Amino acid sequence: MKEFLLLCWEYFKTGLFAIGGGYATIPFLREMSVKYGWFTLDQLTTMLAVSESTPGPIGVNMATYVGYSQFGIPGAIGATLSLVAPSIIVICIIASVLERFKQLKVVQGIFSGLRPAVCGFILSAVISIFLVSLFRTDALGAGDFGSFFKWKSILLFAALLAGYRLPKKTPHPIFLIVAAACAGMIFSF
Amino acid sequence: MNVLWDLYAAWFRMGLFTFGGGYAMLPMIQKEAIEKYHWATEDEIMDYYALGQVTPGIIAVNTATFVGYKVKGVAGGIAATLGVISPSLVIITIIAGLITNFSDIPIVQHALGGIQIGVCVLLFEAIRKLILKGVKDIPTFVIFAAAFALNYFTSIPTFVLVILAGATGYAMFLMKGQKEGNA
Repeated sequence: MKEFLLLCWEYFKTGLFAIGGGYATIPFLREMSVKYGWFTLDQLTTMLAVSESTPGPIGVNMATYVGYSQFGIPGAIGATLSLVAPSIIVICIIASVLERFKQLKVVQGIFSGLRPAVCGFILSAVISIFLVSLFRTDALGAGDFGSFFKWKSILLFAALLAGYRLPKKTPHPIFLIVAAACAGMIFSF
Repeated sequence: MNVLWDLYAAWFRMGLFTFGGGYAMLPMIQKEAIEKYHWATEDEIMDYYALGQVTPGIIAVNTATFVGYKVKGVAGGIAATLGVISPSLVIITIIAGLITNFSDIPIVQHALGGIQIGVCVLLFEAIRKLILKGVKDIPTFVIFAAAFALNYFTSIPTFVLVILAGATGYAMFLMKGQKEGNA
């Protein structure tokens, strides 16, 4: 029981101090591994691989995995709820303040600076994903221009984009994900 | 009660079909929270993303809490958050319990290889829409380009850039006020 509460406490701290996306929780997990020996760094790598290859936010997936590995289903629920509890508390407070101050011109001014910046951050993430998925950047470094393009991936990209854009009513993203998974299995991606 | 269920179910779907972290969820949020339920506007989602970068916790969870709170207060925030984490709880528990070598199975790898390209398509469409809508004059273009370049080419933490962008917005507000004051 004491160990269980300790796990929840560690995850509560992670949720409170990890700022940014799911990858921001990794340093905290590393610390848990070193401090308590709940899992080895090798196991952490496996957990990260599974969390990246399953649906859902990576940080939440990792919490569920770590919790389950220690205490089964109660551990999975305990660790995950502890991870999101600080978010719920902090964000509800900020949201209530935001609703009240949103009408102020100065707050609108600050947000008018934030919105285009967020577009820039997202574009930066999208370009990183594109480079990894559709091109071989290491081939370019080796001077091998021929294999720079992942032709098969680019072809699938074009086909999926056409299937998504051409219909009059844009399909739900779920259909695209399912179609992409099927294409991946059929053509051995 | 019905709204709470809608919040839970919609964020459950968004969690279930998002591969990767916060930004990868954007196309699903655009479809469900903005177009289908009108819970938030595109601008508000951008605000939540920005605030999610400088507040504790995972961005996807923070965004869910923000939208839920806006719709139905604290109960809404909790319903949306529980929705977005539920698929993870079920799927990871099954995989951790049964298939420890999940990510090494060939068919899984092929499916994920395809999904990765699908996510590229969705993100391409999402960012195209965002830029067309959000970058509309010289000041917004300058902030957009600077944020992209600093985020992509330097290792300055994103939350620092968010604070810088907010300060720029504040400075623009002050300058505008001065101009109007002088006129």
